[in-house]
Amino acid sequence: MNITDNDFVLFGLPECFALDRPDLDARWRKLQASAHPDKFAAEGPAAQRMAMQWSVRINEAYRRLREPLTRAAYLCELRGAPIEAQSNTTMPADFLMQQMSWREALDDAANDAELAALDDEVRTTERALLAQLAELLDERHAPALAAERVRALMFIAKFRADLSRRAEATQD
Amino acid sequence: MTLLQISEPGQSPDPHQRRIAVGIDLGTTNSLVAALRHGVAECLPDAMGRAILPSAVRYLEGGRRQIGHDALAAQADDPLDTVVSVKRLMGRELADVVGRERLPYRFVDRPGMVAIETRDGMKTPVEVSAEILAALRQRAEDSFGTDELFGAVITVPAYFDDAQRQATKDAARLARLNVLRLINEPTAAAVAYGLDNASEGLYAVYDLGGGTFDISLLRLTQGVFEVVSTGGDAALGGDDFDAALAEWALAQTGRRATTPRDQRALLVAARAAKEALTDAPSATLTCALSGGPIALPVTRAQFDALTRGLVERTLAAARQVLRDGGVSRADVKGVVMVGGSTRMPAVRTAVGEFFGREPLVNLNPDEVVAVGAAIQANALAGNSRDGEILLLDVIPLSLGIETMGGLVERIIERNSTIPVAKAQDFTTFKDGQTAMALHVVQGERELVADCRSLARFELRGIPPMVAGAARIRVTFEVDADGLLAVLARELTSGVEAKVAVKPSYGLADEDIARMLKAGFGAADADAAVRSLREARVEAERMVLATRAALAADGEMLDADERAAIEAQIAHVETVARSDDHHAIDDAIKALADATEAFAAMRMNRGIRNALAGRSVEDI
Repeated sequence: MNITDNDFVLFGLPECFALDRPDLDARWRKLQASAHPDKFAAEGPAAQRMAMQWSVRINEAYRRLREPLTRAAYLCELRGAPIEAQSNTTMPADFLMQQMSWREALDDAANDAELAALDDEVRTTERALLAQLAELLDERHAPALAAERVRALMFIAKFRADLSRRAEATQD
Repeated sequence: MTLLQISEPGQSPDPHQRRIAVGIDLGTTNSLVAALRHGVAECLPDAMGRAILPSAVRYLEGGRRQIGHDALAAQADDPLDTVVSVKRLMGRELADVVGRERLPYRFVDRPGMVAIETRDGMKTPVEVSAEILAALRQRAEDSFGTDELFGAVITVPAYFDDAQRQATKDAARLARLNVLRLINEPTAAAVAYGLDNASEGLYAVYDLGGGTFDISLLRLTQGVFEVVSTGGDAALGGDDFDAALAEWALAQTGRRATTPRDQRALLVAARAAKEALTDAPSATLTCALSGGPIALPVTRAQFDALTRGLVERTLAAARQVLRDGGVSRADVKGVVMVGGSTRMPAVRTAVGEFFGREPLVNLNPDEVVAVGAAIQANALAGNSRDGEILLLDVIPLSLGIETMGGLVERIIERNSTIPVAKAQDFTTFKDGQTAMALHVVQGERELVADCRSLARFELRGIPPMVAGAARIRVTFEVDADGLLAVLARELTSGVEAKVAVKPSYGLADEDIARMLKAGFGAADADAAVRSLREARVEAERMVLATRAALAADGEMLDADERAAIEAQIAHVETVARSDDHHAIDDAIKALADATEAFAAMRMNRGIRNALAGRSVEDI
């Protein structure tokens, strides 16, 4: 075990997208129970510094594995298809059209009901993309295609944040 | 032949040498100190049997001071020089102090943190708090007949920002306390409740104190206290209920309270009336103002109506915390009430209705935080069994950096489990730019102007490059106390420039040293004697820790490695008998360096063992 091991190795998990959340949580608690700086509070500064580094690393890995989007992005990168969201905007072709029509729908939405309907639609697509990710990563081993879905999901995450801001604004 | 003692892993070699570690609740209105005695965590009383120390400090002529009950009794007669509710000023500039126009003090508007002019000179909130902490340290030392506490866990409101936490830690250092950890008040309360009730599941802790309000959601699983989300208001508490009642009384009677003495007397009277209304449906607010006495009847219904807005603000925070945690009210298995202000019937009723269940009030709401802190302090000192409890807390407010246009780039999101570190890369926007100004902020808003400014610093020595070519990596690191350190480094050139900052509200080490030299707190202590004693205690602590580590995992070392460490232990023990505290410090440092690799090996083994025997299928 090494602090530079990848997240899956650190958590003793197979390198795949499918994940049992309660199991992940239990592993996180076990790891923190052995690495947290509190466990070394009575020891010297060297041990505390080391505990801090490990504890930070475990929290970082836990956060990344916990969220399906960051977990998928991490897997793509491990398998040679980094997301590079800033420079690479490759997404599924039909999703680009979808994106434009959602943007228009958001601009045109006149009330809470229309915003809620749009949010429902976006969430349905989000669920479908996540299901595709599981298949592309765990069964077809197609990281480049998975990376396209990850970019689409990143757009959705941003879009839903815009949506909820709009919803809050119309409530005020 | 020498007989060597071998102890249980994680236990100190001599069971009789239990380390005395205390928990301190440094409250807005009241402060308490607790410790384990005969296996039970309990608040330590003063010589007159009182557990509560009012958080009040009165400065007298000739550098003398009164702390606690005596100071509190004098507050109306001596309002300018008797500081109460100083917690509301911690880490705050004058402009940030809510309700400052109602406070009688001679404020000094200083950058970083406000101060108060007293007849004993200017006092910062850190110094005032240190007086309270020093009084509690003295009480603990008297209780145990020792003059060396191993350390203390000090509680802070979960919603305290970085500046407030740093100020609290500085106050503890000034009071000569070895801070084992700052922990959040709701978490401490949960520890006290959790151990008593062996609870599992999701719990809410509603903590309404004298000046601060916190609400936290915690998930309890087999001794692990995981904070799911936290929120609150660092300037909302019982004081505000007093103030609302006081203002109402003035309006009802058409009177005015303009002198500091009248203002303070009225607040004292309002608080007494509020407390009376907890047990009785009506009370009389009586107060001797300079223009003649007031005797105003007030009913509980009137009081509740006056303060409904304040209670509603706490429930709004509760809603936000549920949203942040992604849970609903029905998921909450229990609600723990903390803080003296939760004695108000209207508060209990409102919280009960909000969560749809009776809140838990079986522990004393004044003492529960200190008791929880004492349990954690005992564990941190290494006295309790391995793995008994673990607190996984979060940061309450997002941390970020100012970018072009006065916008905030968030680096660490609120409710991230600590310790946490995160890096973000930035670049230059002008050709040949060799310096970069960094502004660290805390808060949830998108504009820098709406967030709290924590620190500004400059990264210099960036080699000249075209715009956008430099890569400046800014790393935020929040430690287990919830305190932030920021590091900036230029990556591309191989030339490395870095700077670590502490928030500007924290005192520089030189400030602390100067204040300590000025004979703070313990009047008897001669600085050199102190330093020597502290160095010896530290030496003993290091030797014990190293011996325990060798006993537990010594077989990981080969004979040479082990001999090198043993030699440094022997060196520390020899030097510790001398009177040269610098030499002792150097020897401790040498021992720490010699054990660094061993510590790393132990750590790796510990992590590996954590999941050992757990295959993917069977957790």
